[in-house]
Amino acid sequence: MKQAEFLNVVMPFKDKLYRLAKRLLVSKEEAEDATQEILLKLWSKNESMGEYKNVEAFAMTMTKNFCLDRLKSKQAGNLKLVHSNYTDESVSLQRQLEAEDSLSWMERIMEDLPEQQKMVLQLRDVEQYEFEEICELLDMKATAVRVTLSRARKAVREELIKKHSYGIG
Amino acid sequence: MELDNIEKLLEKYFEASTTVAEEKELKAYFSQEGVAAHLEQYRPMFNYFSSAREERYTKQVPLKPRRNYYKWISVAAVAVLTFGIYFGNEYQERKKAEYAYQETKKAFELLAENFGRGTEKVAYLQEFEVAKKKIYNNN
Repeated sequence: MKQAEFLNVVMPFKDKLYRLAKRLLVSKEEAEDATQEILLKLWSKNESMGEYKNVEAFAMTMTKNFCLDRLKSKQAGNLKLVHSNYTDESVSLQRQLEAEDSLSWMERIMEDLPEQQKMVLQLRDVEQYEFEEICELLDMKATAVRVTLSRARKAVREELIKKHSYGIG
Repeated sequence: MELDNIEKLLEKYFEASTTVAEEKELKAYFSQEGVAAHLEQYRPMFNYFSSAREERYTKQVPLKPRRNYYKWISVAAVAVLTFGIYFGNEYQERKKAEYAYQETKKAFELLAENFGRGTEKVAYLQEFEVAKKKIYNNN
C-alpha cells in the first residue's frame, strides 16, 4: 500500500483515535503521542492491512489497548498524568452557567468515570458507533455494553444534578 | 418536537435502549434554544457530546518511510562489505607477492655478497700477477 492510499484509509478515523486516546489519557500531549504511535504502527503493518476487514475497528482496538497499557505502566511507576485541562472552579462562580463552563464540568465528570464507562460513552455518545461495533471494539458482550453504558449515563446524570442544584441553590 | 416524546426518549436513553438515530434526536433537541426548564440539567451532557466530536487531531503524521531508509542502509552496507572483501583479498595477495619478492631479493643479495667476497680474493691473484711480471721484466 502506498503512502497516499494509506492516508486515504486512515484519514477518516484518525480523529476518532485521537479522541479515544484523549478520553483515556486526558492529557492532550499524551493523546497526540499515542495517536502518532498507533498510526505509525498501522503504517508499519500496511502490507497486511488488506486482510483486516475493518481497519477502523482494528485501529480503535489498538488505541484502546495502547492507552490502557500506558495507564497501567503510569500507575505502576507511581506517576500521575499531568495535564492542564482543568479550570479553577472557584474563580468564576457566576460564569458557571455559561456554556463553556458547563462543558468543562462535563469534561471533569467524564474524567472521574471508570475506564470502561469512559470508553463506552465515548464510543456511543460521542462517536455514535452501533452496539455491535462497540462489542467488537471492546471485546465485550452486548448485554455488558448496555449495562455499562446505562451505568455511565446515569453516573453522569447524577453528577450533573448535583452540580445543577448547587448552581441554583 | 413534543416534550412528551423527548421525556420518553430520555428515559430510554438512560436505560441504554435508544438507537443511534434516537440519540441524534435528543442531541438535536438539546442543541436548540428553549429547552424545557426541568430538562435544562441534561443540556450540558448532550452539548458536550456534540462538541467533543469536533475535536481534531491536528499533528502531522510523520509517515516518512523509515523502513525504506533501513533498506537502503542495508544495501549500502552489503556493497561496502563485498568491496571490502574483494579489495581486501587483492591487497592480501599483493602483500604476499611483495613478501615473496623481498625474500628473493634478500636471497639474491646474499648470493651477490658472497660473489663479491669471491672477487675480492681473486684480487689478490692480481697482486701475484704484478709481482710475477716484475720478476720477468727484471730478468
